[in-house]
Amino acid sequence: MGELRLMKGNEAIAEAAIRAGCDGYFGYPITPQSEVMEYLMVERPYETTGMVVLQAESEVAAINMLYGGAGTGKMVLTSSSSPGVSLMQEGISYMAGAELPALIVNIVRGGPGLGTIQPSQADYFQAVKGGGHGDYHMIVYAPASVQEMADFVQIGFDVAFKYRTPVMILSDGAIGQMMEKVYLADPVPRLTEKEVIARCPWASNGRPMSRQHNIITSLDLDPAGQERLNLVLQEKYRKIEESEVMFETIDCEDADYILVAFGLSARICQKAMNLARQKGIKVGLFRPITLFPFPKKEIHELAKRVKGMLVVEMNAGQMIEDVQLAVGCDIPIKHYGRFGGIIPTPDEVVKALEETIIGG
Amino acid sequence: MEEKFAHPELRTPENLVYKRTDLLVDCPLSYCPGCGHGVVHRMLMEVLEEKDIASKTIGVNPVGCSVLAYDFMNIDMLGAAHGRAPALATAIKRLWPDRYVFTYQGDGDLAAIGTAETIHACNRGENFTIIFINNGIYGMTGGQMAPTTLPGMRSSTSPYGRDIDIMGHPLKITELIAQLPGTYYVTRQSVQTPAAVRKTKKALRKAFDLQDEKKGISFVEVVSNCNSGWKMTPVQSNTWMEENMFPAYPLGDIKVNGELVK
Repeated sequence: MGELRLMKGNEAIAEAAIRAGCDGYFGYPITPQSEVMEYLMVERPYETTGMVVLQAESEVAAINMLYGGAGTGKMVLTSSSSPGVSLMQEGISYMAGAELPALIVNIVRGGPGLGTIQPSQADYFQAVKGGGHGDYHMIVYAPASVQEMADFVQIGFDVAFKYRTPVMILSDGAIGQMMEKVYLADPVPRLTEKEVIARCPWASNGRPMSRQHNIITSLDLDPAGQERLNLVLQEKYRKIEESEVMFETIDCEDADYILVAFGLSARICQKAMNLARQKGIKVGLFRPITLFPFPKKEIHELAKRVKGMLVVEMNAGQMIEDVQLAVGCDIPIKHYGRFGGIIPTPDEVVKALEETIIGG
Repeated sequence: MEEKFAHPELRTPENLVYKRTDLLVDCPLSYCPGCGHGVVHRMLMEVLEEKDIASKTIGVNPVGCSVLAYDFMNIDMLGAAHGRAPALATAIKRLWPDRYVFTYQGDGDLAAIGTAETIHACNRGENFTIIFINNGIYGMTGGQMAPTTLPGMRSSTSPYGRDIDIMGHPLKITELIAQLPGTYYVTRQSVQTPAAVRKTKKALRKAFDLQDEKKGISFVEVVSNCNSGWKMTPVQSNTWMEENMFPAYPLGDIKVNGELVK
């Protein structure tokens, strides 16, 4: 029947992972997401569900622990924040290349460099366009509430195994730190070793003499073989774009103008939308929930019915490029962003809409 | 099939004294003729066969000359990113505690780019085996200076010999990790003579036996030649190894049953 609790976003991730039957968490402390591992260490799931929780010596080690665990077919999770996720990019690329399922949480903070510990959305490009080397994508979920932080853990694991691909939850310091009520699903038991082997016949977890050995690798020295792997990956991403798009629309039916925003920015835009409507401006909100696959078709269709779009992000203009690609040049599309840990106010958003789109 | 043997009548079960283990895949190895890797592969697979644990063993191989080791060992394997094998093995052993887990790494992988993962896995006392092939050079990339390259030793990035004033000292990582409380068995062996091969096999056997006791890392270094990288014949390289590598990396047990050997 589940359970209703008041929790931080970071804690919700951790609790949801235990309840989803996660086999292992490997992480390294970094603000503003350290509560994920702290919560797990307090809860000690290794004594209840048998979930392994380990503090690694670095984000580099943590992501490679993830690679090792995922390569044996286990459900594994890591979390970090921007500088730490930069360190993980090599490992993520390896996991994409070796087709391994894993869940990576990025509680984004302002950058570049050491940046700030305040919330930001400046890692959109890194998350959505690959981040590491080579042609690959992760499936990227952008939660806008503590509830979604919890929900996307189970969903993330499901799609990770469905497509054998690393999946990212791209959140930010505000959603990680804020407390909201969250409905938590009943725990499901971890898979037994037998069930893991049945679910992942490709995994390297001990070769029964009835089959040949399994090899987990992203290496193929033969260019023809490596091209084949790339084609397999591209076909996988095509299927993901076809089947896994998630988005939310609010009051778009009668809207003249659309705010496009993800995650925390979408929460702010909801308030901005109400303020604009009080002024008589018909504004709707389009919220991409999956950033890859991006809801291209839906935005393209919506653009045919409105006069302009304002893309609101806590960065210097990243998702706007995907919106522009989806829409084309038919209507004005502008960006409003704050950076470095500053969160835009709803009033600023309305003003930007009035100045750059309506009056622009 | 064409009979390859001069006296096929002698090929009877009672005359059979040696057979290649089926755990070695029947294919050409990617190693240079004369290199020690192939011998260590064989010893390792023989140990798994004799212990009858092949189906319960998960191997992690590195980036370096043995990047394709998973093609040669007919057991479940994972190819790690450069230096990260101990991180993979840490997670694997913790998630599958009844499996035997090993990493197989070269000196560049284990003692340069992967130093942090090596030291921390050893210090945490993970219960897997690390097999460390030390030939003092980056073989696969064409003979560059490694962390274990000896002073004065030539390589493509120390063409006039390793100058310790400029390039720093060789890293004795095996002595270093032996100091850590998480290592239980640390030994240094070689494979240039039949007697040395037998000792190495014994060490590997002990390392895997110790995984049952769950008392920490068992670490087997094998000082090996790299005749291609050292620009020598195999025989010359083994002589050079005995005269130059062994004084710097003396053979024998360094830590047994958690106690440093005096």
